[in-house]
Amino acid sequence: MTTVVATPETKAGKAPKAQASDRAVGENRLGLKLVAPAVVLMLIVTAYPMLQALYLSLFRYRLTTADEREFIGLGNYITALSDSLFWQDLLNTLIIMVVTVAVELVIGFAFAMVMHRIIFARGIMRTSILIPYGIITVVSAFAWQFAFSLNNGFVNGWLPFVADDFNWFGGHWSAMFAIMASEIWKTTPFMSLLLLAGLSQVSEDMLEAAKVDGATWWQRLWKVILPNMRAAIMVAVLFRALDAFRIFDNIFVMTKGAEGTESSSFLTYRQVIEQFQLGMGSALSVLLFLMVLILAFGIVKLFKVDLAQARGEG
Amino acid sequence: MARPASSPRRGEGARSPRPVALAAGLTIMGSILAGCGDDSGTPTLTWYINPDAGGQAAVAEKCSTDAYTIETQVLPQDASQQRIQLARRLAAGDDSIDLMSIDPPYTAEFANAGYLAPIPDDLATKLEEQSFQGATTAATWEDELVVAPFWSNTQVLWYRKSFVDKVGIDMNKPVTWDEIIKVASENGGTVGVQANKYEGYVVWINALISGAGGSLIEDAEAGAEATVTVNSPEGAQAAKVIADLAGSAAAPADLSVSNEGTAGTTFGSDEGAFLVNWTYIFHNYDESDPEVAKDIGYTTYPQTVAGKEARPPYGGIGIGVSDNSRYIDESMQAVECLTSAESQGINAELTGNMPASAGGYDYEPLKKLYPPDLLALFQQSVDAAAPRSVTPYWSDISSAIQSTWHSPSSVDESTPEESATFVEDVLAGDTLL
Repeated sequence: MTTVVATPETKAGKAPKAQASDRAVGENRLGLKLVAPAVVLMLIVTAYPMLQALYLSLFRYRLTTADEREFIGLGNYITALSDSLFWQDLLNTLIIMVVTVAVELVIGFAFAMVMHRIIFARGIMRTSILIPYGIITVVSAFAWQFAFSLNNGFVNGWLPFVADDFNWFGGHWSAMFAIMASEIWKTTPFMSLLLLAGLSQVSEDMLEAAKVDGATWWQRLWKVILPNMRAAIMVAVLFRALDAFRIFDNIFVMTKGAEGTESSSFLTYRQVIEQFQLGMGSALSVLLFLMVLILAFGIVKLFKVDLAQARGEG
Repeated sequence: MARPASSPRRGEGARSPRPVALAAGLTIMGSILAGCGDDSGTPTLTWYINPDAGGQAAVAEKCSTDAYTIETQVLPQDASQQRIQLARRLAAGDDSIDLMSIDPPYTAEFANAGYLAPIPDDLATKLEEQSFQGATTAATWEDELVVAPFWSNTQVLWYRKSFVDKVGIDMNKPVTWDEIIKVASENGGTVGVQANKYEGYVVWINALISGAGGSLIEDAEAGAEATVTVNSPEGAQAAKVIADLAGSAAAPADLSVSNEGTAGTTFGSDEGAFLVNWTYIFHNYDESDPEVAKDIGYTTYPQTVAGKEARPPYGGIGIGVSDNSRYIDESMQAVECLTSAESQGINAELTGNMPASAGGYDYEPLKKLYPPDLLALFQQSVDAAAPRSVTPYWSDISSAIQSTWHSPSSVDESTPEESATFVEDVLAGDTLL
């Protein structure tokens, strides 16, 4: 979230300095004053737990043996970073993130086109596309677990190339598939909603001009529509990628991390909540936070997303 | 986009919260008043129970007196989730917990952390006298009885009489895992076990290793310095049984995600043949499938090694009193009533979770519900049962075993060694679990 706030501010601060009018300076000051209470509040609410986690991560500290708390410096970080489980879980997380975001981008774009172009039953169509996003993730995860379950599921019966007694949660890749299917089903509407906003920004005039020039549908998509909604696509990818990187609910409900389907957040959860390892858990959550930060920074830099423009300020 | 759509409705929205707020205010006031009432009148003892078919609620009502009322609060289904919820609350000093139903493997952890109020000597003596030896052992930490044994469960080998008659295996003498796996796989039957990545899988592994004469750890009292003994000939024999089953046609298709419930379902289906499961499964099919109910046979838990007496799993519940409770004396009185032989009998009648004392088995209605030979088998099995090691680090050991032994199809002769190294590293804090 911090990057979202920071980017427009630095941009606005640098460029207009040379010819800033009194009015612009005044507006800028007013803006800072208006945003200040929110920033202070956020610092109070988020900075304290973050600093506390940073502090705790330097200890070997188990909730049920609180007397044996021991300062070990960066020991927890060294243990975590030199452990293959940490990297295995990170790899899982990245696979889930890349695959789900890629698939969601394609399906979400198709849905956005439908929502944008549809003429009859527009409300019903838009609502029905958005329904999965309105369902609580834990509920949808249970629904998908039951669907894939061997005992009471229907997926095996529906898919012709799958044996009736195939255990989806009995292998790494099939379990990952089930988890990702649930994740994609649940969050594609969010993606399509963001893309719909971008789609509606593409000027009809340009599309008509391209049509008159004899551009095919495919050319119009690739040469006119997509370049003009680049900012919206990148914002959608950024939000979803950060979201997918923190995947937890689906894994918790569907496999509880069995068959090597654990994600980085699930690993952190297990250390803190299941094993009461407050020190190690805090170290992992600090690492998780840093990774999310790097990821956000990387995506913003790599795709040169101008968030101010995406919000219609630019 | 959302803004123009919602703003015309804002007027309605502003009015509607008022009755809601009013109702919420009244509810809060109501509960504050109720709280005051509690302080001045009879105290309410809150008993956190594991979900069951109403046995604990029934004895809570029975044991409520003029001096106190016992109320139940239901914990999550999963034993490890029960532990998490209780431990978090206890660590935070929650004084709204008075009584707790605690699963045996976590008793030592709670006692070691100082979460449990010491049981008065006379009550402890009484409980030790009435309870089975195994139940007392599981409830003891550092030579003190720390929870009151309430029910003691064990597993037996359930089989379908029709299947056994068809294949002609003699169930009157003890059978081995090898035998039942072989018979089931050759005749289109399944052997139901609990092998999902959860505590129940470790229950099975522990029973297999104990049945061969070994153990997961020794010197459990040493806590994190305990000796890990998984990597032993006994561990290898246990691994062989699991690998054999997972690789045979007798393995249910859902083996790697099977728990007590799903294994019960497989047992009730056409391919059901054998099942190891807790005592309550006997009445599982009475309503859902009376044909299966009539077809259930039972015998001692299978042997890991032919000729060596099996060590069935031990489960159960002990009732502990929270050290943070405001009503420790009343809670101890309540414990005495809740764990009386009659209460244990009532609970067993309602839930199928068998009493922790011989006195509990004398409860008349229980004798009507279960055939005498089955009740005798339950008691023999509890006597022979191998409890999981009593250590404050059980949860770590169990998770480490789950990590290395799951899924069952990945188990081979190298598994015991791998798991021993991993458990040692986990106890030393050198690795992520």
